[in-house]
Order: sequence, then C-alpha cells, then structure tokens
Amino acid sequence: MAGSSRKKLLLMGRSGSGKSSMRSIIFSNYSAFDTRRLGATIDVEHSNLRFLNNMTLNLWDCGGQDIFMENFLNNSSNASSANNIFTKCEVLIHVFDVESKEVSKDIEIFQRVLKNLHQFSPEVKVFILVHKMDLIQVNKRQELFDIMMSKLQEIANEYSFKLTGFATSIWDESLYKAWSSIVCSLIPNISLYEQHLLKFNDVLNAKEIILFEKTTFLVISSTNRLISMNREDLDPKRFEKISNIIKTYKQSVNKIRTNFTNLLVNGLNSSIYLDVLTSNIYIMIIMDHSKDFDQDLGVRIDDQNLILENVKVARKLFERIEASGR
Amino acid sequence: MEAIDSKDKKATILLMGLRRSGKSSICKVVFHNMQPLDTLYLESTSKPTTETFTSLIDLAVMELPGQLSLFEPSLYDSEKIFASIGALIYVIDSQDEYLSALQNLAVIINYAYKINPKLHIEVLIHKIDGLSEDFRLDTQRDIMQRVGDDLLDYGLEGVQVSFYLTSIFDHSVYEAFSRIVQKLVVELPQLENLLDLVMQYSGFDKVFLFDVNSKIYVATDSSPVDIQTYEVCAEFIDVTIDLDGLYEQSEEASRPTKCVSRLQSGSVLYLHRMIRGLALVAISSFGKDDPRAENPNVKNAISIIDHNVNVFKKSLETMWEGSRIR
Repeated sequence: MAGSSRKKLLLMGRSGSGKSSMRSIIFSNYSAFDTRRLGATIDVEHSNLRFLNNMTLNLWDCGGQDIFMENFLNNSSNASSANNIFTKCEVLIHVFDVESKEVSKDIEIFQRVLKNLHQFSPEVKVFILVHKMDLIQVNKRQELFDIMMSKLQEIANEYSFKLTGFATSIWDESLYKAWSSIVCSLIPNISLYEQHLLKFNDVLNAKEIILFEKTTFLVISSTNRLISMNREDLDPKRFEKISNIIKTYKQSVNKIRTNFTNLLVNGLNSSIYLDVLTSNIYIMIIMDHSKDFDQDLGVRIDDQNLILENVKVARKLFERIEASGR
Repeated sequence: MEAIDSKDKKATILLMGLRRSGKSSICKVVFHNMQPLDTLYLESTSKPTTETFTSLIDLAVMELPGQLSLFEPSLYDSEKIFASIGALIYVIDSQDEYLSALQNLAVIINYAYKINPKLHIEVLIHKIDGLSEDFRLDTQRDIMQRVGDDLLDYGLEGVQVSFYLTSIFDHSVYEAFSRIVQKLVVELPQLENLLDLVMQYSGFDKVFLFDVNSKIYVATDSSPVDIQTYEVCAEFIDVTIDLDGLYEQSEEASRPTKCVSRLQSGSVLYLHRMIRGLALVAISSFGKDDPRAENPNVKNAISIIDHNVNVFKKSLETMWEGSRIR
C-alpha cells in the first residue's frame, strides 16, 4: 500500500463558525455543552490524530479572525515560504456559519482559499459544512442548504473543484455523518475492508454489519452501504445515531474510570453485538431473529457464542488487512 | 386539586417552597418522567390491599407567596390537604438568602405535623449546581442546624426531617426522588429482600430496579448507593433502549430485552427487562483479582445470572398477580 500515510486536513472558515467545536467533539470527546468553554483559536492549531493505526490525520485548525485569514491568504501568494499553509493539502473542510450576517464576505474568503489551493494543491478534496443548522427552522433547512451549495459550486467550477456538502449541527448526529464521509475518503485500502466485510456478512447472514473507528466512532464501512439494497424499513440516520449513542456510553463509563470492551443487546427480534475487531476497529453486527428459524434443520439458531467465535476468526483477517496498509 | 381531595390517595407528595425556589422545574423534570412509574404502581406491585390509589405520586405544586402570614388562613383547604398527603417536600433555593425560607418551613412543619404526624418531611436544598463543592456541605450543615433550632422553639424536637442536596442538572434530583418515593411505598422491603438475594447469588456489586422511562429506581439492594454507579446504570438504560429501538420494528415477539456489556476493568453491566416497564440493572465487578474475570467460563457466570434474574422476574410477576387478585 503505497502513498503517504500522513494526511493534511485544512479546517477553515470565518471566526465563530464552529470549527474548533467540531474538532473537539469528534476527536477529543467533548460533549456539545463543553464546547462553550472553547476560546478563539490563535493562528493555526495543529493536531495529529492517529486514525486506523496506519493513518495520521494532520488537522490544521485555522483561526478565523480576519487578521489571521488575511495573513494566511497573503503570505501564501509568495510561493517561496516553505511552511505554506496551502501546500500538500489532501482535504479542505470549509465551514460556513448558517447564521452569518456577512455572507458575501464568507463567500469571498472561500473563493480566495480555493484560488490558493488551486495553485498549490490542485488535487485537494473540498468538503463544505453548512454549520449551526439547529438555528434554522426545520422546514427551511433543506432549501437554504440547496441555495448555499449551488452558489458555492458555481464559484468552485471556476477552479474545477467538485464540492461535497453537508448540513451539520453539533446538537445532533449530522456532524458524525459529515466527518465519517470525510475520513472515509482518506482511507487507502477501504476496498479491501469492504470486500472482506461482505464475505463475513455472507458467513453470518447478518442483517447488517458496521465497522467503526475505535476512538472517534466514525463509521468506516457497512454492508448496507455496499450491497445497496434499499432498506427503507431502517432508519437512514442510524449510523450517526449509533456513533452518538456509543460515544455517550463511552463517556458514561468513564465516570467509573474504565472503558467498555463489548456490548451485547438482545432485543425483541434482533440482536446487536458490538465488539472489538482489531486494535483500531469496533465491529457491530445486527442479527435478525425473526428470520433465524432454519427451515432445513428445523431448529432455531440463536447462539451468541457462535457469533462471537466468528468474530474471533474474522479478527485475524482484519488485523492482516490493517497491517498491510501500513 | 381534586386529586388531593379524594381520600383513596395515600401517597401524595406535596411540593412546597418559596417562589422561584425551583418547584415547577423539579415537577417538569421529575413528574414528566414519573408517568411510567405511576402506571407501573397502579396495577403492578401494589401488594398491600390498602393501596387503592390510581397513581403513586401526585405532585401538587402549591405556590407559596414569600410572606408567611399568607399561609396561615384557610384559603385553601389546607387541613384536608395535609391530612391526605404522604410526603411534604420543601424546596429551598440554596443560591438565594434562605433565612425567610427557613422561617416559612418551620411554620409549615408546625402546622402540618399537628394535622398529620405521620407525614414524611423532606427538604430539598436545591440549585446546588451553583455552589462550590466545599460550600455545599457548609450550607447543608447551616440549614440543618437552623431547622433543628426552629423546631426546638416550636417544641417539635421529635419530628424527622430529611435533607437532600439537589440540582436538576445532574442525577441528584432523581436520587432524592427515588428515596422519597421509596419511603412512601411500604411494601418495598419484599422487593429489597429479593434484590439482596439476587445480588448475593449472582455476584453483583449493586442491583437497581429501575423504571425504564423515568430513571427513578423503585428499589435497590441494601448496600449503600454510590451516585456514580447510579448514573452509569441510568445511562446504560438509555444506551440499550436507543440501540434496540433503531432495529426494532414490530412489538409482537416475546423475547426479553437483555443487554450485557463488559468493561475493561473487568466489570460487567447487566440489564434485563422486567414486567411493566421495569428493568433490572446491575453492575458486577469480577475484578481483576477475581478468578472469574480471567476464567474462560465467564460465560457460565452470565448464564447463572440469567437464571437467577429469571427467577426474580417470576417472583415479581407473582407479586403483581397477587396484588391484582386482592
């Protein structure tokens, strides 16, 4: 698996748009309430985050005050400066405050950022987060988001960037959805994971299998996403909700100074198994027990030990995949 | 008010306090959650035949003016009210000047005690979230001292008054209400005995019988309650319910909801749904030094627990059946 394992992510946006709050919630286990304590980011705050062992996310959280912004944008124009902010970027995450008063200025800055990126790292993937959506009435959200995105795409066309947009809020699960997509776009051997996940699903005949990254609980992959069967009976936001639930649980058991290793839920007609898969991945298997009546044998298969043994076997395989990516 | 008039209601809780002490907020927080507990007790385990009330907890919020002289007259049928209630909760705002509240309290106790000497008098020293840790105990001691002195002046030294430090922003108000509710339900000793037995034979550290929706525990074993354990257990209910809810469509199947989570410290969190919205939540620490933790047969331990809990569930059902027949 070639390719640099260090990924540089730029997190940009105007002051007060919620950049540092996002970072703290996703990567530092803050609750949405805790983010009130965060002050303004001075210049650039670097954080190195290990993700899936073989990948280091180098997150540049750029302060959004005008003086810093001008500094970033002007300094970069003389290409000689070695520690240029815009060189060797893999991902730009640009955050827009949906309540912002100076929309034209926001867009202007975005345009200048794109211009710089076009010059220094033309291969960059651009993600737009329209943030603080919780402040907008529910029925107006989609409309507002669409207007915003079409406007931004127009600007991006000029530099031939393709935008991916998300409407986010720190108060619900939309934030996890956005970051999960961003991070997934960076995993190099994702196809290997997916391929083996499908095989594993065949063995278990599960309703759904989901892989989560261990520390952030972002969704890496799921069988449902791959098979692309339209399960309209299931909640479309369930991945993000699970991320949210498990992270809350994690914080809760932190109160008795420990962490959890597995979680088995036996529900009315489905069972959920959450367990460690590799040192960086949690696996969640959902079995549907309304279908577990084996017609040929005439017996009910309802053995959690069987599933846990299967996970044990799969563990070795996925550990190898993880190692191969290094 | 009609609710109070009806003679059947034995366990009515009267919530009193000066204005702005937080009574209505407490009602919103607790009473909202209380409803499942109400329905639980009307038919569920209301063993003694004397209990014919239609709900366990009735919070009648009586707004008292700041001046105590307004209390004395029979504006409301206060004699009848005090005769019919089981517990009187007096809320004191700990962040405010509380001397007038204490005078008011003494007058009320004096009045209520003459009408109904069996009344449980509970004092919530409320809004402690605004006080620093060491100041809380000082405040509590000061209030307890002053109340004691006041009661002595009235010649009521035999009156039992319980004090609780509460805040609606953490679990303390649930904890306080759990204790108050438990005082009112005289048939609790049976439940506690059963839970003690379950605890002893299953190797649990702590067992709670929770009402799933309100997070108030109806009963627990006789070991002291550690607030952190309570919080973790209460939040564990949320995790189970939320996760299960994501993949549950039909209600007809009759598999019991069960959830087991293993923690890194070697402890196990265990939840088992009982009848009528109750759930048994337990934490057991097969600690590191406990041979069961390293033992591959830890699964057997879970099986034994399952068996014990099922026995407990059966006895709960029998209790409920018995109370319905009478």
